[in-house]
Amino acid sequence: MNQPKLDLSPKVSDEVRKTTCYMCACRCGINVHLKSGKVAYIEGNRDHPVNKGVLCAKGSAGIMQVNAPSRLKAPLKRVGPRGSGAFEEISWDEALQIAADWLEPIRKDNPEKLAFFTGRDQSQSFTSLWAQSFGTPNYAAHGGFCSVNMAAAGIYTMGGAFWEFGQPDWDHTKLFMLFGVAEDHDSNPIKMGIGKIKARGARVVGVNPIRTGYNAVADDWVGITPGTDGLFILSLVHCLMKAGKIDLNYLAQFTNAPCLVNGDEKSSDFGLLLRDDDGKELVIDRATGKLAPFDQKGVKPDLAATHRHAGISHRTVMQHMAERYLTDEYAPETVAEKVGISAKRIRTLAGEIARVAFDEAFELDQEWTDFRGETHKTMQGRPVSFHAMRGISAHANGFQTCRALHVLQIILGSVEVPGGFRFKPPYPKPATAHPKPHCKVTPDSPLDGPHLGFTHGPDDLALKEDGTPARIDKAFSWENPMSSHGLMHMVISNAYAGDPYKIDTLFMYMANMSWNSSMNTGGVMKMLTDKTEDGEYVIPRIIYSDAYSSEMVAYADLILPDTTYLERHDCISLLDRPICEADAAADAIRWPVIEPDRDVRGFQSVLCELGAKLGLPAFTNDDGSQKYADYADYIVNHERKPGIGPLAGWRMGEKGLTNGRGGVNEGQLDSYIKNGGFFVEHIPEGANYYKPWNVDYQDWAVGMGLFDSPQPYLFSLYVEPMRRFQLAAEGHGDRQPPDHLRDRIKHAMDPLPMWYDPAPDNKSEEYPITALTQRPMAMYHSWGSQNAWLRQLHGHNPLYLPTKLMRENDLVDGDWARVTSPHGEITVPVLEMAALNENTVWTWNAIGKRKGAWALDENAPEATKGFLLNHLIHELLPPKGDGLRWANSDPITGQAAWFDLKVRIEKADPQSESQPSLPPIESPVGNDPGDLVWKVGK
Amino acid sequence: MTTLPTSTQKKLGLVIDLDTCVGCHACVISCKGWNTENYGAALSDTDAYGANPSGTFLNRVHSYEVQPAQGEAQLIHFPKSCLHCEDAPCVTVCPTGASYKRVEDGIVLVNESDCIGCGLCAWACPYGAREMDAVEKVMKKCTLCVDRIYNENLPEEDREPACVRTCPSGARHFGDFADPDSNVSKLSAERGGMNLMPEQGTKPVNKYLPPRPKDTLAVPEGDIDILAPYLEPVAQEAKGFLGWLDKTLEKI
Amino acid sequence: MHPAPSVIFFTVFSGVGFGLLTFLGLGYPGVTGFTAFAFFFIAYLAAVGGLISSTFHLGHPERALKAFTQWRSSWLSREGWCAVIALLTMALYGAGLVFFDQRWELLGLIGAAFSVLTVFTTSMIYTQLKTIPRWNSPLTPVMFLSYSLAAGALLSGQEPWAIILLLIASATQISLWMQGDGAFARSGTTLATATGLGPRGDVRAFEPPHTGTNYLLKEFAFTVGRKHSQKVRIISIVLMAGIPILFLLPPFSHFLAALAVASHVAGALASRWLFFAEAEHVVGLYYGKR
Ligand SMILES: Nc1nc2c(c(=O)[nH]1)N[C@H]1C(S)=C(S)[C@@H](COP(=O)(O)OP(=O)(O)OC[C@H]3O[C@@H](n4cnc5c(=O)[nH]c(N)nc54)[C@H](O)[C@@H]3O)O[C@H]1N2
Ligand SMILES: Nc1nc2c(c(=O)[nH]1)N[C@H]1C(S)=C(S)[C@@H](COP(=O)(O)OP(=O)(O)OC[C@H]3O[C@@H](n4cnc5c(=O)[nH]c(N)nc54)[C@H](O)[C@@H]3O)O[C@H]1N2
Ligand code: SF4
Ligand code: SF4
Ligand code: SF4
Ligand code: SF4
Ligand code: SF4
Ligand SMILES: [Mo]
Repeated sequence: MNQPKLDLSPKVSDEVRKTTCYMCACRCGINVHLKSGKVAYIEGNRDHPVNKGVLCAKGSAGIMQVNAPSRLKAPLKRVGPRGSGAFEEISWDEALQIAADWLEPIRKDNPEKLAFFTGRDQSQSFTSLWAQSFGTPNYAAHGGFCSVNMAAAGIYTMGGAFWEFGQPDWDHTKLFMLFGVAEDHDSNPIKMGIGKIKARGARVVGVNPIRTGYNAVADDWVGITPGTDGLFILSLVHCLMKAGKIDLNYLAQFTNAPCLVNGDEKSSDFGLLLRDDDGKELVIDRATGKLAPFDQKGVKPDLAATHRHAGISHRTVMQHMAERYLTDEYAPETVAEKVGISAKRIRTLAGEIARVAFDEAFELDQEWTDFRGETHKTMQGRPVSFHAMRGISAHANGFQTCRALHVLQIILGSVEVPGGFRFKPPYPKPATAHPKPHCKVTPDSPLDGPHLGFTHGPDDLALKEDGTPARIDKAFSWENPMSSHGLMHMVISNAYAGDPYKIDTLFMYMANMSWNSSMNTGGVMKMLTDKTEDGEYVIPRIIYSDAYSSEMVAYADLILPDTTYLERHDCISLLDRPICEADAAADAIRWPVIEPDRDVRGFQSVLCELGAKLGLPAFTNDDGSQKYADYADYIVNHERKPGIGPLAGWRMGEKGLTNGRGGVNEGQLDSYIKNGGFFVEHIPEGANYYKPWNVDYQDWAVGMGLFDSPQPYLFSLYVEPMRRFQLAAEGHGDRQPPDHLRDRIKHAMDPLPMWYDPAPDNKSEEYPITALTQRPMAMYHSWGSQNAWLRQLHGHNPLYLPTKLMRENDLVDGDWARVTSPHGEITVPVLEMAALNENTVWTWNAIGKRKGAWALDENAPEATKGFLLNHLIHELLPPKGDGLRWANSDPITGQAAWFDLKVRIEKADPQSESQPSLPPIESPVGNDPGDLVWKVGK
Repeated sequence: MTTLPTSTQKKLGLVIDLDTCVGCHACVISCKGWNTENYGAALSDTDAYGANPSGTFLNRVHSYEVQPAQGEAQLIHFPKSCLHCEDAPCVTVCPTGASYKRVEDGIVLVNESDCIGCGLCAWACPYGAREMDAVEKVMKKCTLCVDRIYNENLPEEDREPACVRTCPSGARHFGDFADPDSNVSKLSAERGGMNLMPEQGTKPVNKYLPPRPKDTLAVPEGDIDILAPYLEPVAQEAKGFLGWLDKTLEKI
Repeated sequence: MHPAPSVIFFTVFSGVGFGLLTFLGLGYPGVTGFTAFAFFFIAYLAAVGGLISSTFHLGHPERALKAFTQWRSSWLSREGWCAVIALLTMALYGAGLVFFDQRWELLGLIGAAFSVLTVFTTSMIYTQLKTIPRWNSPLTPVMFLSYSLAAGALLSGQEPWAIILLLIASATQISLWMQGDGAFARSGTTLATATGLGPRGDVRAFEPPHTGTNYLLKEFAFTVGRKHSQKVRIISIVLMAGIPILFLLPPFSHFLAALAVASHVAGALASRWLFFAEAEHVVGLYYGKR
């Protein structure tokens, strides 16, 4: 045999630079291998707390992202009509001057005329500071159309949410139940976790109308009818309560189940919790039979107590729950047909949950002390864990459904315990420890406080003196009183309608609002291009920052081209969405591992400059000079309050470097770079479970600067703030909702989870099929399509139909179908899928592209065969005949109800292109078809 | 050499776990990235931003639906790269000797400088594991990352294939099947590792772990439900429930 | 399989060329001098032309010489050797006939044998592929050989032989088609064995690994031909054997003979197109295609 001699140890690269991936909110650590200064290969960073070395397809394809021909090259000024895509390149000086000329007068006269909205921004604490300093109340990121139901329900109920703010205890859980997740923000950790628990033989249950991805590997698949999870979950709650399979100890000690609800129907406090003079919730102590504040040392809260006073019975939350959930309304037999799961299966699932939670319970030999001062010898494990995301969140009943799921977790005693669900710092943190929304505008001055936050009653709403919404998106108004993340999806339509008021400049950052991130895509394009009678655009000015030639670029007047993620500084901060793990606090940076080869600038650095140019206090020194040279300067030198900055690692303490609290350290970024781009501080053993009640954890968190003082609290099975809104709707208090909203508020703001069916509002009688989207694991929204490798995986998207609908409509693979919703119509290619709920159709999200965008050929399959469901979705519900148009949103949080989309399907003639097919936009970066032979080191 | 070695010292290969593969394509892209930059010619993409993009990949993830006789349809994600067959027909058909199976570890490789691009090896492979690069016109295939697994420029722990290193769900395992104590041999033995197309007689080294039984909680109507005792009611309605609560709390 | 014109052209013309060389080697027709030159010219034109065309199919024809190295295991390599030996011996033998008016019989026999072997080795390249059940049959070499010899007989003016061989070629071809139609099913390779998922239930291909196309799909998942296969089969048999036999029946005429040859070659090209176009590679199963 004469085999060729191989070089088995070729040089891999000249240098490895470690930074953070950007292709989704998971923010994995990456090793960027460079050859001759160019990116040669990207792999996961093994030391990184998030991904521990693994990397998803998008992360590995980063090299094609930073070299995509679609990258914007220089600032652009619109020269053609809006929407045409005709631009000329201008200098940064000119671009900044234009922006300043537009914004300066607004700030002087009426800062609310600026609406500044960002997409899946990873620098929200920074962008919000800018907006606050500008003085506009109109700031939010994408959370409102994304998953605010999940986030808000989690925080109001238990002081933290799934999303990426918590995780199952992958090391101990034995039953993992996943609701409505295709990919999520925590994508690599979820995959690692599923792999890990399956290797241990733990059971994974997927509740999802579609059986792909995680749901395909799930041991059991529950192909639920979309929009009915709340009912299903409450039926599980029914079964578990009825069988007494609930953790009474946990409920009594750590939740508001034993808290007493004011039963005095005549009182303006009716339905609120009884509190002592210090505002502490009251319970009945089983030892004494007397009222006691919940946190009194030695108190044994009584779950079953009734407090009779002045002829009125005040009953515990637990009693209210029993009354509600034990009724036959939630019996499996009652709900089975609606949810599409047999009564027997519901019982079996409940039985399995009970079996694992209680028969497979275990204890960790770890002493800990709770906030009442009681020391527990061990930690009680409940190895059942849950996770959920947009499948339950992106419905108009999503908030209550998410709440229902948290209630299920809590009655099992499986939150923050071994084997259950665990928070990642800075969570847990009660809703009351978050800011409240601020909206007070003063010309030429900053806003009175942060824009977003958590309302606890009518007083916290963002209303003007006259009771109208203070914000352009009507967040924190009576239409959606607990809209903690704002309502980005309503900004353009409200601004267009001038309701609640007109604005002058719309300033947006990384959100493809004229395409895949908007509802009613065609309508939005019209709103962005429509003119008034005097020939002005209805939305007069639009400034936009993107890094790539997206569909949205064509609809802006001024483009501020951003760098790509390997070319700039970024900060993944404990102040917004950090990279923590349940056992550790962690944050991270990005830094320019390569230099841009175009005339582009990091957006945050541009804001530093623009902020100074506008004289915004947060960005200007006393002498009027620019405060932060660039974003890196801000990251290092900004302090939220003394000792607390964007980054928690390597701060300057009295005796040298320290973590958490500490002064500014000029060498901080270098320390991060040396450490691989991130910082981790582990939670001490014994402090890492029972966090909301564990004094060791609370003390550690204070030390780290996560809070200023310990914040122990009870989980809210019963969410009191919701009751306050109900009370207002019932006529109490001086802040009163408009009459047309009273009934809805009374109904929707139920402080105990309930379920209502959003389908009839979407005309389910005429449109009986639910149409869903899922994120492909290998694509990030619209950006994947410009990636030469990824677009080969998902270059177009068929509509998947269940076998039943294929047969009924006489369809075979490759046929075309017309899909009609109450709002619109699309014609698209179909494929059959058997592992699918039989009244559900679906497609991959955001694969369809506008011709001319993303530097793709106009005949690219993304543009000819690809399509969006967004054409079928409207930001308003179909008219109900009451003369009003109701938002297609959750009535509590305003979360966009993407997944309530109802359609009808019929066979169509074969088409040459998916319909609607829109005319191409001009590409500001040219096209680059042709072959790609990529090899950096030759 | 075109003839196959009578035996190889090691049998390096992969175990792919169909029970945990979530179909994320991470392995596909990390393979593309590594092999574009490393062994042999770059993996090209023709018409990369055009109407008909087509590129060379050494590993691709399929998906299949399985309809059991009873119960719900299942979906299985199915990654596929070269199986490094013991009786590799792709090797014996090669007229130039460019295709060969390494004696020391059984890796099947293409020596690109000898390859005339006749395509015959791809015809002979039942698994579609070989792709002719459209620009370089040489046959490309999975190298089992031969330039990683022994690479002294990489830290010890990174000396494994790129696809294995990156797989988030841990569905890919690399090792020596000649060693009965290796992780891959044991996994394959425990979980019933299967050969693809055994009737083709290729004796693949790579093994696939079948998905575990699914939907076992979906007991057919009427069967005895072993979980029923866990839901034995303690009360029928709220009143009774409170009584039970009281009693139970008394005991704690 | 993708019916690449270069390969269709190659197999048909090298078959024709080596078929004629076989007859020439055996001494039919017993010509010398300029007539012999004409016959050899035609034979070489076809054989060498075919072989050259086959290199169009190569990614790196400049490395074609490397293909001679693996004669111990590779039929393609063996084919190369046989072709070169056949062409060299026949060149010597032909030189004898053309320039020296000599018929070196042994050389002719060797040349004829290697010509036949060349066609056989060519056929074995396809026959050996278990991955393409339709080809993986002893009838494949018989078909290739009978086509080649029939063409040889036709071109060398051996009318009775030509008629007999054309009939044999037709019979083999028809049997190969009939046998081939069930071959994939008989091979036992199915999506169930391909995925190993058969024991769990009915397996159906769901999403392909990518929405675009790739080398494998272009090369192996060619389905256009099959719709028309019955039509092409009839046309090809008629052209390949029917018309030539008809033209051979009347007294010999150069014109009719030329037409017969032309018709045969057209028929052979059609059937060879079908040979590829109809062939289903097992890899198609993975893509839900065959
Ligand atoms: N690869 C990749 N990762 C991403 C993103 C991306 O674009 N690509 N986007 C990021 C962003 S911004 C977000 S918000 C997250 C979203 O992460 P996910 O929430 O996982 O996102 P979706 O893909 O919308 O998945 C929704 C799932 O819910 C299911 N579903 C829909 N309706 C119902 C229902 O009524 N009940 C149940 N039980 N299930 C239902 C759908 O079938 C689908 O599987 O992903 C983030 N991560
Ligand atoms: N039908 C349907 N529609 C949906 C959803 C759904 O499930 N179904 N999901 C909704 C959800 S949850 C979300 S979050 C939205 C997401 O929608 P978008 O946030 O609009 O999604 P992207 O396509 O990621 O668009 C972001 C823009 O950011 C740009 N960008 C990328 N990198 C950079 C950078 O480094 N700097 C700058 N400045 N810009 C950059 C991209 O080019 C792109 O134009 O979609 C929503 N739309
Ligand atoms: S999951 Fe993927 S895209 Fe998201 S940060 Fe991690 S590697 Fe990047
Ligand atoms: S899988 Fe195919 S390419 Fe790999 S060794 Fe086996 S036959 Fe050869
Ligand atoms: S394509 Fe290359 S490796 Fe394959 S058989 Fe031909 S020469 Fe050998
Ligand atoms: S072993 Fe290496 S070459 Fe083979 S599939 Fe994995 S990454 Fe690709
Ligand atoms: S990386 Fe792992 S989980 Fe993802 S497709 Fe590949 S084998 Fe499957
Ligand atoms: Mo999102």
